[in-house]
Amino acid sequence: AVPVSVVFTPGSVPADLPRQLPYRDVREEPVPVGCKTPTGRRCPRSLPELLWVAPGFLARWQSQPRSRPSPPRLPQGTNVYVGKHRSALVRAGQGLAALRARLQQLTRVMSFTASSIAAALADRVPDGQLGPDARRHLKSSLGYEITFSLLNPDPKSHDVDWDIEGAVNRYVQPVLDKLSVVANFSVDSQILYYAVLGVTPRFDKESSSFLLSAHSLPHVINPVEARLGSSAASLYPVLNFLLYVPERSHSPLYIQDKDGAPVPTNAFHSPRWGGIMIYNIEAPASPQASLPLHVDVDMVRVMEVFLAQLRLLFGISREELPPEFQVESPGNEGLADWELDRLLWAHTVENIATVATTLTSLAQLLDQISNIVIKDDVASEVYRAVASVQDAMAELAEGRLRSAFQASKEAVTSSERAFFDPSLLHLLYFPDDQKFAIYIPLFLPMAVPILLSLAKILREARQRKKEPTKMD
Amino acid sequence: MAAALSAAALLLGCCGAALASGVQDQAEQFFRSGHTNNWAVLVCTSRFWFNYRHVANTLSVYRSVKRLGIPDSHIVLMLADDMACNPRNPKPATVFSHKNMELNVYGDDVEVDYRSYEVTVENFLRVLTGRIPPSTPRSKRLLSDDRSNILIYMTGHGGNGFLKFQDSEEITNVELADAFEQMWQKRRYNELLFIIDTCQGASMYERFYSPNIMALASSQVGEDSLSHQPDLGIGVHLMDRYTFYVLEFLEEIHPASQTNMNDLFQVCPKSLCVSTPGHRTDLFQRDPQNVLITDFFGSVRKVEITTETISLDRDLAGFENELPKDELATEPLKYADQLPVAQIIHQKPKQKDWHPPGGFILGLWALIIMVFFKTYGIKHMKHIF
Repeated sequence: AVPVSVVFTPGSVPADLPRQLPYRDVREEPVPVGCKTPTGRRCPRSLPELLWVAPGFLARWQSQPRSRPSPPRLPQGTNVYVGKHRSALVRAGQGLAALRARLQQLTRVMSFTASSIAAALADRVPDGQLGPDARRHLKSSLGYEITFSLLNPDPKSHDVDWDIEGAVNRYVQPVLDKLSVVANFSVDSQILYYAVLGVTPRFDKESSSFLLSAHSLPHVINPVEARLGSSAASLYPVLNFLLYVPERSHSPLYIQDKDGAPVPTNAFHSPRWGGIMIYNIEAPASPQASLPLHVDVDMVRVMEVFLAQLRLLFGISREELPPEFQVESPGNEGLADWELDRLLWAHTVENIATVATTLTSLAQLLDQISNIVIKDDVASEVYRAVASVQDAMAELAEGRLRSAFQASKEAVTSSERAFFDPSLLHLLYFPDDQKFAIYIPLFLPMAVPILLSLAKILREARQRKKEPTKMD
Repeated sequence: MAAALSAAALLLGCCGAALASGVQDQAEQFFRSGHTNNWAVLVCTSRFWFNYRHVANTLSVYRSVKRLGIPDSHIVLMLADDMACNPRNPKPATVFSHKNMELNVYGDDVEVDYRSYEVTVENFLRVLTGRIPPSTPRSKRLLSDDRSNILIYMTGHGGNGFLKFQDSEEITNVELADAFEQMWQKRRYNELLFIIDTCQGASMYERFYSPNIMALASSQVGEDSLSHQPDLGIGVHLMDRYTFYVLEFLEEIHPASQTNMNDLFQVCPKSLCVSTPGHRTDLFQRDPQNVLITDFFGSVRKVEITTETISLDRDLAGFENELPKDELATEPLKYADQLPVAQIIHQKPKQKDWHPPGGFILGLWALIIMVFFKTYGIKHMKHIF
């Protein structure tokens, strides 16, 4: 369950509070994950039943002691201000019902919702409602590799210099440190020269700039990807962040969205792959400036966009916020504590579902193929996976998120190691007609004289039995 | 290559203006397939010089797939023999697919992942199911996930229910179906397109039972797939008919094209191919009408415009004080420490250990000996022992 503690400031206690403060209130709100909906669709049998009744929240209501200074005022029009450390300021409404409703909305924003859980389970649960877009966040993995690339297609005109190491240490590393609970991150960077985009931009006379329309963006990535060297990277999923400095002949270059307006960030991203940002160089003041122009990239502007894309790729960003809500900006840390919690929830649930289906399919495989040999270490990995996933579910029920996540990570590691063990490959399939075709020509000719001799022996034995008195 | 790329880009550029009105529809249609990346596994299973056409088949599909955007890191190419550097090749370092040597499909940037004797049934199944020894390099792995569309192309000599590998072993349709089921269980693909160009190819997809698989074959059960034309200069048949016409069809496709699978099903009718190509779509959830060729052969990524940024504090110098992590004194890792050398060296050889004869064999021989001596009398025993 998600423990929620509601503290009333003096003077804001609603008039219709039924009980004396402080008191506890447990509100169970089962979050259905798409199976066993009213239409009666069944979950796949491999999913543990426990996941259907996801825990609700329990609220503890208490009042603030009078000695504290008065709280800040919320601006007009905002009823809830969500801080970055798991706390929020809620404007006290007209009564308890309105307060409860706002609290429910708040827990949905700061914690998980049915749709976020369903999205995490999306590949295990048969869905009709979720479109193909729902599964575009990065899957839960033990590590991620982030690669920053600077693409300079025109080194003769632009001598681009970027202080990537400093920028990574100053801006990216704090975010990754905060995310280090979730996975291991490794960062590298490279500069690619003469790497062109796959699309020629159009020249727009009105703005005297070059435009890349939204529907040509998908074709931009492919010619570059071959040169990114992501195959030399680790086995973890790779996130590529590309900074493209357009050629002199194509400057300035803007991205157009579907309505034809230039995009303010001048960047786009592709789910599960990474992001690209176009960095325009201002034309030099005097046309006789000597080429190549030296350019120092403003890393803050770049990192603002890249980190925002990182949040979008991980699914941290909140798309639909209720209208009266305002969220505090997380600053250099990149994400609020409760956003990290939501990510951990989603990943834990995804891990548990993965382990359940992996172990079930492993069991099915072993049922089907009876002569596979299971090595001892595979067996111990399976036991460890089962124990860890039970731990994870118990911890989740208690609300201890970090330990649940660690347990689910161990469970996933063990189950993957067991499932993908190279010794489990079963190669020999003998259909029945092949078995007959092999053994009959071998044994039939050999069996004919044996059977005939057997018949002769039996006949003799029977005859001897028939005339016992012939012996003198 | 650069000229072709800029020509294609120019084509795209001038199409861009015309398609401005259709952008909305395109965007909708674009999101219909749920995949975010593409993989291709291209397998040629025959060796020997006279099977040149199988290598040329595979390389033609490789070339199309690369041209339409799938990078080498996402292609697993398995060629069972080396035709380009074969001593019998009169034009070394080339593999042609059209007669009169028009099109060299062995270009400058062919990356073969499994070559020659590494192309075995076991390795193929390991690639598909992911049960690969940990020492395998990344280029030899199929690192697909649940949002990958995979194209699997196989060619070689086949029969009713099997495909011959390297002239010494075979893979049956049941094993292939089981391998795909293993992939589905682990969600290693979103959708799978299986193309096979062998004799009696349709038998290979008869046994599939996992969802989201579409299959095409060059001939039905009982029919042979025929080769296209021999080249008198090289002395062998250069391509198989089905793949020849598929290649012609794919040359018309560019990364932005909207051609769908129904057109691919019409490729190579019986008049051209002599065999009857078949296809199977009952396991596939979408209508083939809505499936673009580039969903499998190309790599058109879904993109979203980034509309938000976060705000960073520009002058945060506090993090410079942290000790950089690489200043900690660590001993350099020896090579032997990083590899499980002990495991690799002491791997037991794979051949079976000697087992004493089992009950069946013992019983059989006992029966034979007993019958012999019963029939011919016990007196022969002393002559034997």
